[in-house]
Order: sequence, then C-alpha cells, then structure tokens
Amino acid sequence: MKRSIQFNLNGKTQILTVEESRKLLWVIRSDLGLTGCKYGCGRGYCGACTVLVNNRTVRSCIYPISFVDGKEVVTIEGLAKNGKLHPLQKAFVDHDASQCGYCSPGMILTAYTLLLNNKRPSYDEIIHHMDKNLCRCGSHTRIVRAIQAAAREMNTGELR
Amino acid sequence: MKENNGKNIMELDFYDSEEFMLKTNRRDFLKIIGGGIVVFFAVEDAAEAQQRGDRRLPEDVNAFLKIGEDGRVACTTGKIEMGQGIITSLAQMLADELDVSLDSVDMIMGDTDLCPWDSGTHGSRSIRFFGPPLRAAAAEARSILLEMAAEHLKISRDRLKTQNGVVYDAANDQTKVTYAQLTKGKKIVKRLDQTAVQKTASQFKIIGTPQRKTNAEELVTGKGKFAGDIQFPGMLYARILRPPSHLAILKSVDVSAAEKMEGVRVLREDDFIAVLAGSPDRADAALREIKAEYGAPDANLDDENIFDHLLKNASGGNPSDQGGDLAEGEKNSAEIIEKTYLNSYVAHAPLEPHVTTVCVEGDRITFWSSTQSPFRLKDAVVDILNAPADQVRVITPYVGSGFGGKRSRNAIEAAKILKLAGKSVSSFQLAGTREEEFFYDTFRPAAIVKIRAGINDKGRISFWDYGVYYAGQRGANQFYDIPHHKTAVYGRGDAHPFDTGAWRAPANNTNTFARESHIDLLASAAGIDPLEFRFMNLKDERMIRVLKAAADQFNWTPAKSPSGRGYGISLGIDSGTYVAHMAEVKVDKESGEVQVVRVVCAQDMGLSINPEGARMQIEGCITMGLGYALTEEIHFRNGEIFDLNFNSYEIPRFSWLPKIETVIIDDKDAPAQGGGEPAIICMGAVISNAIYDATGARVLQLPMTPERIQKTMSL
Ligand code: FES
Ligand code: FES
Repeated sequence: MKRSIQFNLNGKTQILTVEESRKLLWVIRSDLGLTGCKYGCGRGYCGACTVLVNNRTVRSCIYPISFVDGKEVVTIEGLAKNGKLHPLQKAFVDHDASQCGYCSPGMILTAYTLLLNNKRPSYDEIIHHMDKNLCRCGSHTRIVRAIQAAAREMNTGELR
Repeated sequence: MKENNGKNIMELDFYDSEEFMLKTNRRDFLKIIGGGIVVFFAVEDAAEAQQRGDRRLPEDVNAFLKIGEDGRVACTTGKIEMGQGIITSLAQMLADELDVSLDSVDMIMGDTDLCPWDSGTHGSRSIRFFGPPLRAAAAEARSILLEMAAEHLKISRDRLKTQNGVVYDAANDQTKVTYAQLTKGKKIVKRLDQTAVQKTASQFKIIGTPQRKTNAEELVTGKGKFAGDIQFPGMLYARILRPPSHLAILKSVDVSAAEKMEGVRVLREDDFIAVLAGSPDRADAALREIKAEYGAPDANLDDENIFDHLLKNASGGNPSDQGGDLAEGEKNSAEIIEKTYLNSYVAHAPLEPHVTTVCVEGDRITFWSSTQSPFRLKDAVVDILNAPADQVRVITPYVGSGFGGKRSRNAIEAAKILKLAGKSVSSFQLAGTREEEFFYDTFRPAAIVKIRAGINDKGRISFWDYGVYYAGQRGANQFYDIPHHKTAVYGRGDAHPFDTGAWRAPANNTNTFARESHIDLLASAAGIDPLEFRFMNLKDERMIRVLKAAADQFNWTPAKSPSGRGYGISLGIDSGTYVAHMAEVKVDKESGEVQVVRVVCAQDMGLSINPEGARMQIEGCITMGLGYALTEEIHFRNGEIFDLNFNSYEIPRFSWLPKIETVIIDDKDAPAQGGGEPAIICMGAVISNAIYDATGARVLQLPMTPERIQKTMSL
C-alpha cells in the first residue's frame, strides 16, 4: 500500500509517497540518490547497508521505509559537518582502514553508535560491537585501530 | 580517478558533458590529450604480449603519462583499482621519478576511451610489469623537461636539478622554472626510448616511503563511486530469471502476471528472461511474479564425491619440474610418507556483487561495470550489440574488491538486455544479488594434491614426488634442496560441475597447504623441530633470510612437533615474493574450534614501493586467508549451490582476528615484486601445522572445520 512518509534525512525533511513495504536501502539509493549505503547481501548479514535511524544502526536492506516515519535518518553522506570529516572518518583515512572501501560507510556508522554510548570502548568491546559487519578485504585490524584513535580524539575534544 | 582537468569523472553532470562524452575516437586520442608533454610507453609483459594477438585496437602502447600545462601530471592506464592500492603505489613511482609531489598526480584508470589497451588487472602484475616502464617514462619526461629548462634558463643541463615540479639552477635556487611554465603552449609527444637515467634507491624520496591511500577520503564519505552508484534520471533496474541449479533446464514459463504490472517490461530471448522496472525492489517484485518450471537431468555429484570424480577424469601430468632419480631417492630413504591433500570449492565473495550501469545517448553506449578487465568487456559488448567499436565505452570505477572474481558475465548480460530492449531504454542498471554472486561465481577449484616423499637418517629430504590435480601449477614447484624430485600437474577444465577460475594467488593456496603440511610431517618423522628441519633442507638464501626474519619476530624456540604449544610454520613463493609465516593457535579439543591467536608474516618483495600499502595487503591476506583455512567451502549437489549468502558461507569476522605482525624485508635495490597475494598462500598450512602442534591431529582437507578437526583427533 502506498502512503505518505515524512522523515528527516541528514538534516533535511523528506516527504515521500511510497509503497510502505519498500526497503529503506532502495528508497535512499535509487529514489533519493544517496549511494553511500551499499548493497552487500540484502538479508541483514553483512552491514554494508547500515544507516542510522534515531542514532541506532539499522540494516536498511531489510528495514521497511514505513518504519522511518517521523524519525531521523543519517547516512554516511550526513556525517561530515560543514565540510569537516567526523573523527571516525578522519581516523579511517589516517589508518588506511579502507581497502576497496565498500564496507567503509557501514563500518563507520556502526562504530559511530559504539562511541555514542561508550566513550572509552575496550578492544574487546570494539570487536564485539563490530562483529556483525563484514569486510572481505581484511581491513579489520586497521578498522579497530581507527576506532580506537577516533575515540581518543573525541575524548580530548579536539574536534568537537 | 580524475579526468585530465582534475575534475572527478563521476561528478560531471551527464547532460552537460557533451564534450566529455564525445571523446571517443581513439584516433583522436592526441587531440583529447591537449597540450603538454606526453610520453607513451609499452608494457613488456610476456603474458600481455601474447594476448596482443587478439587485440583489435592495435596501439602498441599501453599507457602514457602527461605533464599538463597546469603542472598536473596524469597517468592513464587500463589497470583498475579494487582495493589493492595501485592507485597510490603507481602514482608514487611516477611522482618520485619525475620529481613532483604525490598529490599533483592524477591516476586515470580503467576507461576504454581515455586509456590505452590493457589485458586486465590480476595476478599481482601491476607493479611488477607496469611499474618499470612507468618509471622509465617518468624519467624520460624529466629528461625532456631538463632539456627545455636548459634552453629556457640558458644554463647548461648538467647544472640543473629538479624538485617538486620545479627546475632549479643547482648553484642558485633563485634561477628556476616550473614544469607548468615549461609545458605552456607546448605539445610534445614522445615514445619511450628507455635512454633516460632512472633514480637509484638512495635517491628515492617517495618510493619506499609509507603513503596513505590517495583516494581514502572519497571512500569514507560515500563520494567514491562504484559501478552501482552511477545513476541517471529515469534509470531502470533489471533482474534476470535464474535457474535453481546449474543443471536445470527451463521447461515452461509464464510471464503474463509480470507483464501486467505497471511500469514493468519483460524481455525474452529463448531461456534468457529479464525484467525492467523503475526501482530495484519493483524489479524484484516483477521477477517473483514469473512462474517458471525446470527439469534437471539425473546426476550424482556433490561436495563429498567430487574428489573421486575429479581424479577419475584427470588428464595431463607432464612434469613441471624434475631432477635426479626418484627410485634412487626411495632407496636412500629411512622413512617414506605418502599423503593426499584436499581442498573444496571456495567463493570470491567480494562485498560488492557484480553490477553494471548502462547509459545510451545518441549512438554512444557507456557501460560502468565492476570488471577487472574493461577492455575485454568492451570487445564482448561490441560483439553482442554489433556496434562500431568507437561507439562503445567501458569504465571501471572503484571496484568493491575482486580477488580474481570480478569478471564480465554480469556486464555481458546487461549487453543482452540492451540488445533486447533496443533504443527504447536510455539507461538501466543490472545489479547482481548476493545469491547470484555466489551461484555464478567462478570458484577456486576443488583440488587434490598427492605427495610421496622420504627422509634419510640425517634428517635430509631424500626424494619428493608431487602431483597436483585441478589447482594449477602456480606454487607447485618445491624450493627445498632435494636431490631427487618431480612435480607433475594434472587437471581438466571441464570436469567441474560449474565454472571455476583464478582466486587470490591461484593454485598457490592449494599447493602451499599441501607442500608445507608434508614438510612438517617429514620433520616430525625425523624427530626434528620444524624450523630447524626447514633450515637443514633449504639452500635458497632469500628463503633462509625471510624464514630467519619470521622466526626472530615470533621468538621461535625449538621443539619437536606436536609440542602442545600450537605453533606452526609455512613458507612460500608467489609472484616473485618470498613469504614466511608463523602462527599460534588454540584448539578447543571438545568442539574442534580453532582460535588463531597470533600470526607473524615476514615478506621479501624486493623493493617495497609503499611499505604501508604492503603491510595493508599482508594484513588483508592473513585475515582473508583465515576463511579458506577454517570455514569457507561451497556445498552443492547436482549443480545446486547450497551456500548462497553469508549466513552459511562464513567469511572472517572481527572476532576471528589474531594479533598480526608483519616484517617487510626491504630490498631497495631489487626489483619490486607482487604484493597483493603472496601472504595469503601460507594460511592453510601455517594453521594446519599449528593445529597439529597443538593436538597431534593432521588435518588433510581444507577448510579445517571443527567437524574435520574433531574427526581427525578421534582417529
Ligand atoms: S546489504 Fe544489508 S546487511 Fe548486507
Ligand atoms: S575494505 Fe573491501 S570490504 Fe572492507
């Protein structure tokens, strides 16, 4: 059934009339043209399609668009503020945490929610939190290092 | 990936880019390049030279570099970037030799309009075979600039020096001229003649220094475009009807319900049935409305009996290497060990499934595709569409990894769809699903290795009789000091029930697993520490050096295996690079679960262009290699593939991470060797040997799943 859905996407209000069962991933990518969230498996297994809904990660490939009604959605495109990379993005660059980079947007947004709720995550907490995000290139060690570095940077408040 | 003017290709507004889209005819190549200094060069790679035979576009150059009037330096190459990092390391080679800053270099890659012909990006060949002529061309361009500067500044050439894109009078820094000033209004086109002097290792400033990926920021902001991220207004999305198994035959099909759906088109030619719709999910829904019935012939092949089937059908067997006399070697043996090693089919599983976006504008057809071989794909598209070659353009934007699996099948199907849809469709995308990615993957072949080998009473290997079936030759030849040895390679491409192909370090994962497992067995039989045993049986100085480096880093102390410590060793050679791995594992003896605690890798890759990039590749190899060692295998029966997504096909995760330590033996005066694959080849054996050291169980089949380990322990 088609219905009207209103939500906030990266700070801007969106009003769409769409089939309510459509998946958020395809609406964001093909209707709204934001291609930072990727398709990797379509079944919630890999995390490439991760976006934030009210500051929680969701797997947009299995998340119906109707669920975002009235909520705030952030994609990787919305993370940098005023042309300034988020500390996580910067740390991913500094630590070469992307090889092919296909997993990077999902990894960064997943790490974002970790640091939101846990300012000083231990190594084990990082591993545990990130474990359901897949990377085929084997960038894992560098992703962990980048998350640790971003946590440090955010705690010293240098960037925000 | 930058266009000549420094603007990102993908940022160009399609409808404003007429000039850009018209840059098609390769005869106009020089016109497109515009002003500046251009050096063309050919890549002397035997494999490529061989392939030149079937090239239709006959330029005998493979690349060029250009110093533009704005001082920016462009290098065009048909090679592509898929995470392996050549976008950075090739730029480093160019920048250093030309004496410009790394960030003034634009790599223009994988575009059949802008780049000269290339056979494809694979086999750790880019740095080895493309790097040397690139450096030579940069040296030549620098030499031309020096010549021009001498004239411009009226100073003799040998008084000049170059730095950061500027030519100076060595005696007076105030007398100078920039490359940009020199190239202004000039158009110099030169073919590489290899006469310019290149830098020696001590003169390197950028080569050999760690550099971050030059495209990293695009990747972390979502701006970097993959083929599926290319979009056009009103673009359609295609899906194709798929059979349930590789043997299935379409018996009947009813597409009427799909055809009735609003905005959906069904295209059909024989068994090839595709739908087009306004969004990916709509195309999915349309596909679900198609009712198809399939039949399948009787067959009886599955992931267990496949090995017998393969052995029965094997052919070939010519020795790839031999020396001495095996019978003599047997006679000198105190003990002989014979074993058969197996490995199952393994999927590439790149995180980005195959995808192609097609746009037709007038008579111009452009394919953006996730292929490792854009030029080969272009040939195929030209054939299918029966279109003039200069109307078809293929671009490989960023590729979400490949490992040998990014082929042209998906793009070829897109070409078929375009042919059936005709002029009525101006743009569409064919994105493979994860299930299609697994189903149509060209798996790493299931393979068998049979080894019979002996030791004498002094702990020396007395003979080595080695046969590999279906994996291939790479890495099959042993490198130990063995007086009597033979290596034979068997196989037959069509014996597999589905397509197989090259998988990161093809053949070498299988061969290294078997060889290094067997070396360990011989060491145990001799009652000698496996490190000591290897030193006793090696003569190759490069191998001895790399093994020593690994042992130092690991802090190996001698003990006979199984020692209970869970330590393993493996050695290997791939793409001219030597690797030595050591690992520590913990095995849960109840469940058979393995946790790899620590992996040390020492790698001798000759000159390391970008040590940071090299470490990244080693870490990637070690992490990815945990998968084929421990879990990854395709289960199937009669052409039906059971592992179609990541729920059952388990690839490495964060929680599997061992502590990874890398040692790069930087041999600055040696030629640069491959770096994208070597460090993965040891992962099967180093873990297998460590499991043996922990438990005394010798697992002879990859992957070493908990069930296989349990079973072996109970033997
Ligand atoms: S694409 Fe959504 S979890 Fe994999
Ligand atoms: S960097 Fe390629 S999948 Fe993670």
